[in-house]
Amino acid sequence: MIGRTFLLRHPSVMVFIALLALFTVGATVLSEGFGIGLISTSFVKTLGKTLCLCLIAIAMDLVWGYCGILSLGHFAFFGLGGYMIGMWLMYERTKSIVVEQLDAAPLPPTPEEVREAIGSQIFGVVGGSDIPAIWMFADSLIIQLALVVLVPGLLALVFGWLAFRSRVTGVYLSILTQAMTLALSLYLFQNDSGLRGNNGLSGLQNIPGAERISQDIVSIWFLWASALALGAGYLFAAWMVSGKFGNVVRGIRDDEARVRFLGYNVEAYKLVVFTVTAVIAGIAGALYYPQAGIINPAEIAPIASIYLAVWVAIGGRGRLYGAVIGAALVSLVSTWFTSGQAPDIPLGFYTIEWVDWWLVLLGFGFVLVTLFAPQGLGGLVDALVRNRQTVAVPPAAAVKPVEKASEAT
Amino acid sequence: MSSLLEVAGVSVTFDGFRAINDLSFEIGAAELRAIIGPNGAGKTTFMDIVTGKTRPDEGRVDYGEPPRSLLRMSESEIARAGIGRKFQRPTVFEQQSVRDNLMMALRNDRAPFGVMFWRAGEADVDKVGELAEEIGLADELDRMAGELAHGQKQWLEIGMLLAQDPKLLLVDEPAAGMTLGEREHTTDLLKRAAETRAVVVVEHDMEFVRRLECKVTVLHEGSVLAEGSLDHVTANQDVIDVYLGR
Repeated sequence: MIGRTFLLRHPSVMVFIALLALFTVGATVLSEGFGIGLISTSFVKTLGKTLCLCLIAIAMDLVWGYCGILSLGHFAFFGLGGYMIGMWLMYERTKSIVVEQLDAAPLPPTPEEVREAIGSQIFGVVGGSDIPAIWMFADSLIIQLALVVLVPGLLALVFGWLAFRSRVTGVYLSILTQAMTLALSLYLFQNDSGLRGNNGLSGLQNIPGAERISQDIVSIWFLWASALALGAGYLFAAWMVSGKFGNVVRGIRDDEARVRFLGYNVEAYKLVVFTVTAVIAGIAGALYYPQAGIINPAEIAPIASIYLAVWVAIGGRGRLYGAVIGAALVSLVSTWFTSGQAPDIPLGFYTIEWVDWWLVLLGFGFVLVTLFAPQGLGGLVDALVRNRQTVAVPPAAAVKPVEKASEAT
Repeated sequence: MSSLLEVAGVSVTFDGFRAINDLSFEIGAAELRAIIGPNGAGKTTFMDIVTGKTRPDEGRVDYGEPPRSLLRMSESEIARAGIGRKFQRPTVFEQQSVRDNLMMALRNDRAPFGVMFWRAGEADVDKVGELAEEIGLADELDRMAGELAHGQKQWLEIGMLLAQDPKLLLVDEPAAGMTLGEREHTTDLLKRAAETRAVVVVEHDMEFVRRLECKVTVLHEGSVLAEGSLDHVTANQDVIDVYLGR
């Protein structure tokens, strides 16, 4: 499917894959788990999470930068992916703890007793002990992994089908996706939603069956998995937009009606892009939350999806590496500022505390990028590459078209 | 001569304004036809109805052999059935190359997954080359469509229509903003296209219509006022009153 000629024709893809591999090897060598221990395990997790955010940024770039749909719902798909894998992680982990406890009792526990104990362990915080119906597959890793793809995919398919067939476009579609995100988030905040309300799912960093393996090692596993997913996602996205499909999708962004009069079913294309990117977002979320250790409905709140759009806008829409640059840069800098690592600035009468002022800085940065680099940071990369290429082209080649034109007349 | 497109008793109203009023006429399978009329005569609305953008309140629009109603089909279905449309303003995909514009228009599978796995074959490349030759853009294939001159964009759009290989071509004011030389080229293009398919040209410019040497339909207030050769309709007193007299 993705042949050698594809890579040769798109050198930026090769450069990206090479840089990603270099980064992953570098982080591994510097880590505590497998390397010299120069960077802490928690920082390895931050790096792994950043890779997942880069993956969802690629999805956002496909749907917004290429197809022109400003979706404010992709972080909801990301969160759903996280919840789906989180259910298995939490259920299995609780089960092993419960079984261990009950083994100490004189009588061996019945399956009902085990189920009940798991139920009260997980749902005690929301005042229940019954395991809700949506947890019925939580015992099976295979099914929960399938749900990571299916739940966001089906939600996007149904929502997209309804929205696109009614020809809702532009800002109205953005508002609609935001409403979906808000509704989902509010629903999950309820204690009887079956997903532990505002407590969310926790302890996700403990991998069932690998309890004895230290987090130093597990964090590296997840870093690799995230890098692999990001590389595969980048390749897939680049392949998808490289051919006529990419041209049609960009055509939809620039002039939807014209594409329709060429005989393309615009709604079907939008639906494909929306659904495929929702699935990518779900996969990214399923890799992110085991590294974060906890997921709760606040993660799904509309503001997260707006941040996603900001990352992609700063990085540069319509170019995949732009999305990656934006997501990596902004989320890492954001972590630095909001985790208290950035030194506060005392002004005497007032102290600038970055935890509060970071958002102001981000907003300022966003305005600057919009004003001075409307193509985003990725656009600056483009301009650099183009400059070097124009220098490399011999002047004779630039004269050629003129000669041809004079021959024609 | 069997008709390719038959419009019968079509009316459409926008907020109480009757844009098309009991419009009826036919177009043959390989015919060049000019539609003229003053502003607000319903020329563009007529095109919108045929291409599925606007749904009429009443009437019939049948197309093809055997005749099929266009009224239940979506814009993209109508386009796939072989009706191409050129807009008044040249609308090409400015951020894509001339080659990509033509490739996208080429008559091929239009379904999303088919397109995703589609890669241009030799026949497609040849076809695009031929088309580019015909519209005079053979040397511009790798340029961005947005860099082209106005007239070249018009030709590119006509080229994209030809790439679709439509049976019926609807062309809205193709000569607008063109120089004299460009007009001649455009006239040739349209005449040649009409040898194998029906071409309907909506035009304001009488000089351009005369060059096309074809049957003319005059629209006024949403219905047909006169039909025939240009000399015939320009001699018609009603036409002189509403259109030429001004």
